Amino acid sequence: MATAARKSPSSRTRSTSKSTSSVKTPPPAKFTKDEELAAYRDMLLIRRFEEKAGQLYGMGFIGGFCHLYIGQEAVVVGMQMALKEGDQIITGYRDHGHMLATGMSARGVMAELTGRRGGYSKGKGGSMHMFSKEKNFFGGHGIVGAQVPIGTGLALSNRYRGNDNISLTYFGDGAANQGQVYESFNMASLWKLPVVYIIENNRYAMGTSVARSSAETDFSHRGLSFRIPGIQVDGMDVRAVKAAGDMAAEWCRGGNGPIILEMQTYRYRGHSMSDPAKYRSKDEVQKMRSEHDPIEQVKKRLVEKKWANEDDLKAIDKEVRDIVADAADFAQTDPEPDVSELYTDIVH
Amino acid sequence: MPTEILMPALSPTMEEGNLSKWLKKEGDTVTAGDVIAEIETDKATMEVEAVDEGTLGKILVAEGTEGVKVNTPIALLLGDGESVDDIKESAAPKSAKSETTADEADKGGKRADASEEGSKSVAQDQGESSSSKAPAAPKAEIAADPDIPEGAEMVQMTVREALRDAMAEEMRRDEDVFIMGEEVAEYQGAYKVTQGLLQEFGDKRVVDTPITEHGFAGVGVGAAFAGLKPIVEFMTFNFAMQAIDQIVNSAAKTLYMSGGQMGAPIVFRGPNGAAARVAAQHSQDYAAWYSHIPGLKVVMPYTAADAKGLLKAAIRDPNPVIFLENEILYGHTFDVPKLDDFVLPIGKARIHKQGKDATIVSFGIGMTYAVKAEEELRGMGIDAEIIDLRTIRPMDLDTVIQSVKKTNRLVTVEEGFPQSSVGDHITSQVMQRAFDWLDAPVITVTGRDVPMPYAANLEKLALPSVADVVDAVKAVTYRD
Repeated sequence: MATAARKSPSSRTRSTSKSTSSVKTPPPAKFTKDEELAAYRDMLLIRRFEEKAGQLYGMGFIGGFCHLYIGQEAVVVGMQMALKEGDQIITGYRDHGHMLATGMSARGVMAELTGRRGGYSKGKGGSMHMFSKEKNFFGGHGIVGAQVPIGTGLALSNRYRGNDNISLTYFGDGAANQGQVYESFNMASLWKLPVVYIIENNRYAMGTSVARSSAETDFSHRGLSFRIPGIQVDGMDVRAVKAAGDMAAEWCRGGNGPIILEMQTYRYRGHSMSDPAKYRSKDEVQKMRSEHDPIEQVKKRLVEKKWANEDDLKAIDKEVRDIVADAADFAQTDPEPDVSELYTDIVH
Repeated sequence: MPTEILMPALSPTMEEGNLSKWLKKEGDTVTAGDVIAEIETDKATMEVEAVDEGTLGKILVAEGTEGVKVNTPIALLLGDGESVDDIKESAAPKSAKSETTADEADKGGKRADASEEGSKSVAQDQGESSSSKAPAAPKAEIAADPDIPEGAEMVQMTVREALRDAMAEEMRRDEDVFIMGEEVAEYQGAYKVTQGLLQEFGDKRVVDTPITEHGFAGVGVGAAFAGLKPIVEFMTFNFAMQAIDQIVNSAAKTLYMSGGQMGAPIVFRGPNGAAARVAAQHSQDYAAWYSHIPGLKVVMPYTAADAKGLLKAAIRDPNPVIFLENEILYGHTFDVPKLDDFVLPIGKARIHKQGKDATIVSFGIGMTYAVKAEEELRGMGIDAEIIDLRTIRPMDLDTVIQSVKKTNRLVTVEEGFPQSSVGDHITSQVMQRAFDWLDAPVITVTGRDVPMPYAANLEKLALPSVADVVDAVKAVTYRD
């Protein structure tokens, strides 16, 4: 006697949606004066903040790992300009820029870097683990790729609640090779979840170049077997990022499921503070800095269009430097967490 | 000679099943591959196909019969030249219910409608009794649980039904509660635990996932960060090793790492530990693993009442809870209080049976050995106390230590591996907090320090036994 398998009938049928090939990289957004100035200011804040963090690391105020975002500022600032209230943001461990872009306070972030009680996690999370419920920032994740399923789950919560919020799930070219990323792609596409996967391709997974670690180096294609469209974006041009962000947000809010934005960007510093960056030439870095710097691009346009003169730019620079100096002072003088904090926040 | 058609074993833990329907009648010609009957196992309704050709000569077990033991002849097949006259007079159809025992197949049968479309799988060798090690439902008297109101009406229920009811009640109560996992919806649960939930709550709240434990565990964590209350079912906790990074690094640590801003109100549940004859990769007990992690709560119930009351508590808990079930226990029947909202406290042990001579601490399926051993020990004049931990983390060591201060002797029982076992932790704590009360070294009864073997005899040897517990209690009470 034997039995044989009989499949239970599946009621789920694939809903038809826009073809993935209809998604094309849009031209760079046309910025107003105010937008150019805001982008300039926000990117400059991240740049100056990170420079200061590097300095404080060197002075021993910041411990452990510290991954700086210098060079990649246009990605988070441009994407932030495409968001609306209620959208969620999640990223990996190179997260300071993302937090500042959401409007989290420089003081709270810097004090977390120095492990002080005024930090976003009361000093218990550090550089890689910070969160802000208020700003819908869901971390700050130290395990490469782990934020991708979580970000997909944030998108699931939006669909579950029937709102039109979207999840911006950032990860790097290194994380893009993790298995859980593809498990997430599959579910997000299957369930049409409103998630924008932003692959920040800064060309190096720690010290391993994309060419040495990835069989498919065009990351915008990484979702094709899951019917997820993707585009490559000049991640050094904040206008290009903003345009791609607008398009992706509209795609997700329209119920079309996930989308991938490969942000072609570059980090000027090493992987972490302790990385001597022997795997690339100084010329390569210098060429990016001098020809593609995201902040210089905006500055040049502001000056050319006469939307800002030298004094205006100096004023912005001063405002930013003041914020960073204040954050650094706070982060060095704020007390360490009370010893009783060792045993708090373990379980509710 | 007519060929006997036997009741097949169709799941690793199936001991008996219900013969729901005959699709052929006496006198019908049968060819190999014909579906001749439908059988309801502890997991699903399955179709039984004929292997041989012939004529269905005699139906021995009438349709509607419940609790038909595996390997019982259910019909006779006549070959060429054989006739009904060849069949012995004694083989009269047994009436429905004739062999019924109070068990899950009985109870499950009344709710089987939803899974009539359930799949059937390739049959196992019917001669192999894959359930030989499954302990029978215990009969020991259970001490009153002070968390159950006195005089509460009790109903008999399997652990499986208790878990399903707990989820259904919480899903009715709170729109934010949903369940996701492999085969939880249309299949009605790989172990039938989610039976009927899809029908009641729809596919938004009962979500079939692809086979991607790491991914869907993380998706659940993300939904929990956003304030939903997911129940993530692992088909077994063996597969949760794929997802353990999301459980430990993302779910358990975020509350701490966010300075209390953000946590994961999520339940990870599913069968844990050895089932029967599924070998090394499918037979591991993770109680000790998860109990190691600050930020997690770990629950491992034995009775149906605890399963229900603690699963409801776990779903309401704002923290990530690991809820370790057991495939063999799913079919065990216990009294469950009939209350509108029966919730038990997590982190509180239950004195299963009072005693004065020695303390036996166990949890989950380990309790089956403890309960039987206690019966045997009573016959020898040893009055053992049994404590069911119910929750492994946070652990109710106070109850254990209080008992040890009374009995001065301690034996722990679990199926997991010996090194860094739950028993090891209890032993160390008792030594540090009640050393002067111990009259004998503590003995930890555990599974053997080997991967789980497949062979029936070796599997039995690899697991703890009632005799192990009896011997341990005799040793700590210095009896021969």
